[in-house]
Amino acid sequence: MLRYTVRRLGQLVIVTLVLSLLLFAWLRALPGGPVSALLGERATERSRAELVEQLGLNQPLYVQYWRFLGRAVTGDFGVSTGVQPGTPALEVFLQRMPATIELSVLALTIAVLVGIPLGYVAGRRQGGWLDNLSITWSLLGVAVPVFFLAFLLKYVFAIELGLLPASGRQEAGTNATHATGFYVLDGLLTREWDAAWNALLHLLLPAAALSTIPFAVIFRITRASVLDVLEEDYVRTARAKGLGAAVIRTRHVLRNAMLPVVTTVGLQTGALLSGAVLTEQVFNIAGIGQALSLGFQRQDYAVLQVVIMATAMVYVLVNLVVDLAYAVIDPRLRTR
Amino acid sequence: MGVGSSTGSRPSRSGRAITAAGLAAVLAVSLSACVQSQRQGDGGDTFVFGAAGAPALFDPFYASDGETFRVTRQMMEGLVGFAPGTAEIEPELATDWESSEDGTRWTFHLREGVEFHDGTPFDAEAVCANFERWYHQTGPGQNAALSYYWIETFGGFASDERPSLYSSCEAPEAGTVVLELTRPTSKFPDALGLDPFSIQSPTAMEKYGADEVRARGSSFEYSEYARKHPTGTGPFEFASHDESNQSVVLERNEDYWGRKAGVDRLVFQVIPDESVRKQELLSGGIDGYDYPNPADLASLREQGFDVRVRDPFNILYMGISQRDNPALRDLRVRQALAHAVDRRNLVEANLPAGAEVAELFYPDSVDGHVPDTTKYPHDPERARELLREAGHPNLEIEFWWPTQVTRPYMPDPRGIFNAIAGDLREAGIRVKPVSKPWNGGYISDVNQGRAQVFLLGWTGDYNSPDNFIGTFFGSTNNQFYTEPAPWGGELADRLEAADREPDPKSRERMYADINRDLKSEYLPAVPLAHSPPAIVTSPDVEGLVPSPLTAERFSTVRVEN
Repeated sequence: MLRYTVRRLGQLVIVTLVLSLLLFAWLRALPGGPVSALLGERATERSRAELVEQLGLNQPLYVQYWRFLGRAVTGDFGVSTGVQPGTPALEVFLQRMPATIELSVLALTIAVLVGIPLGYVAGRRQGGWLDNLSITWSLLGVAVPVFFLAFLLKYVFAIELGLLPASGRQEAGTNATHATGFYVLDGLLTREWDAAWNALLHLLLPAAALSTIPFAVIFRITRASVLDVLEEDYVRTARAKGLGAAVIRTRHVLRNAMLPVVTTVGLQTGALLSGAVLTEQVFNIAGIGQALSLGFQRQDYAVLQVVIMATAMVYVLVNLVVDLAYAVIDPRLRTR
Repeated sequence: MGVGSSTGSRPSRSGRAITAAGLAAVLAVSLSACVQSQRQGDGGDTFVFGAAGAPALFDPFYASDGETFRVTRQMMEGLVGFAPGTAEIEPELATDWESSEDGTRWTFHLREGVEFHDGTPFDAEAVCANFERWYHQTGPGQNAALSYYWIETFGGFASDERPSLYSSCEAPEAGTVVLELTRPTSKFPDALGLDPFSIQSPTAMEKYGADEVRARGSSFEYSEYARKHPTGTGPFEFASHDESNQSVVLERNEDYWGRKAGVDRLVFQVIPDESVRKQELLSGGIDGYDYPNPADLASLREQGFDVRVRDPFNILYMGISQRDNPALRDLRVRQALAHAVDRRNLVEANLPAGAEVAELFYPDSVDGHVPDTTKYPHDPERARELLREAGHPNLEIEFWWPTQVTRPYMPDPRGIFNAIAGDLREAGIRVKPVSKPWNGGYISDVNQGRAQVFLLGWTGDYNSPDNFIGTFFGSTNNQFYTEPAPWGGELADRLEAADREPDPKSRERMYADINRDLKSEYLPAVPLAHSPPAIVTSPDVEGLVPSPLTAERFSTVRVEN
């Protein structure tokens, strides 16, 4: 197990290095860049040339890349030019990460808490009204683009009905203490209950929008998996042995049906980020999804590099955790 | 990974759950014991403004973008300021001033009893400390990405081969500052009202290393002063910048020398997406925002919001570069381009209500604007005729327009491009469209003179012809690339001479003459239109005075709750 973990972590290093090289080359092949971003429409030839010189952008690409690597090893990924100008890119990422995690965790929690039980029930009562209803709902979840759903939710619940806030992470001027950057947690830890509540209200609509696709996928996989497992010999055997229905459901059906679901949840965690880009845009949440889209709009190399690389690492790590979680659920894997 | 045995003294399921819950509770309690709430006195009126971008820093000297100035303007003041709702200067930290006959020696009498937010007294020494700081920038501080406005206004630095307008600053007594310039200039004293030349606390700048800015990777890292401790004399003072929530909070300066701010707190909430800003205003999350989409103005008004249209103080032009296409060096060809464009239709169809056709390169509120210049009415026939005379009946041009951008003077680049390209084709000109992202090659290529014909514009910084036409045509190898033209150097020289003229009367005459020749003899570009940018607030907001310079001060704002 340990060796397996180490090998996977080794893969992580290689993935990161290759990605950094590709990203570096690709970003620099795009027209424009930090010099245009910094100088804007008021640039003169002279100021442009001076800036290129000062920032070392006139060096050959491999020299620039080598320098970038050298600095990156020390945790220096350069300074943001467009997303949060003047702030170190890593800091921008770290400041924005909690917002995205908060959003993703809530969205995934909704998806899991609704998707798995519903999938289980739907699978056991195949063809029933709940089954049909849930299938239709999940189909909508996959078919409707996230940003459209996000906008629809916002329009109905925030603008028309005024029940929930329209955008942001917390009401401007809430005067909250931010110790960890996770606003809900901050409010709980500092006992600023109104701040925590306010932050949670801000999360509801975006999380609901973001949860639709993972919900649909988790629901369908659970349902299909339950259907499969119900047909298995060991379930029939268990029944024949005269085991209680509750024991069969939890020990035999649910536990075995969970294996593919866990994989799916892991994969969905990575996919959440792509949904977050759009959701954060619509709800103006200063997370890494918004940093990505602003980074592209404003040609912020430093931020794009950090965000994309860190995201890739998170993705690899989450999948590692999922693989390890397998071992917990499936005893057959433990001895390896 | 726990491979633990599955037999033996395994605790029961419920037992484990209880243990876990207990641990979580202990953890939560111990954590909440060590995180202290840092809340300060709450309550009072708050004005929340939706900003389009994050302020880069809070030291206006190193800034050149509107989103940064919008914030620093509330905290800081200059020797002179702009009268609310106009582009005219008025006394601010200086109560009055006079210049020597030759315009090189300026004496400012300072307001008494003023203090910076940190308690440092505002006096002549503080003013000179600021000027000396600006003039003695080194390394990255001399880069136009940081000190754009100094370079644009004062030229070079102490350790720099460029000539500088600045010579010295003296403080003969606490209430008097004497500035020596190396030559007279039309920019004085108006330019001192620009945000970068706000007077900041020398004590705070020293304490928090204001000049410690360094190149790092592909950009600059700002000082602690610029990020966390900006200190001026204005009606608001800096409270906090929450980067994770993208908001900046300012608080009322209770010791302000003038009329104190109408709200206790002023919050800037960054909302990059224009439609999100609008929705946030509709849902009541913010009290106002800038640059509403012109298409939304009518519906916002219908819903009871206050849409205030500023007086136009900008210019949209069709630029011409004489670098790569030799045909464009012929005056008749440029005149043909001017005749080909239907500017009246452009203004009515593609620009917001209140926009005006531009005859010159700056609005008529600026000195030296004359009505009697050569006009180029829409006349495709005359355009064809001129092209034939010039020997270019089948003229082909590259026409550049930017994507991924809107500017106050150019709300819809694609629409404007389509309208003008249609006009040009109607006059028999073959148009090859070139489009590039604003920040992805457009600006950089245009500035090198690579765009033969292009769309661009400018928003004025203050009331001075030099700020418009001096910037455009004061150099011969910029976007207009007038180098090959026999008059390119002459025009640049005339602009410089006008800028140097100390007597306001004769200076105005010189600018008037230049404006006439710009339209008749030179025609280096075609002025198109002046557009008024709007600002919108909720009906609860009172006292906001829109500024043609888009330089609103929010201290007059009150919010009815």
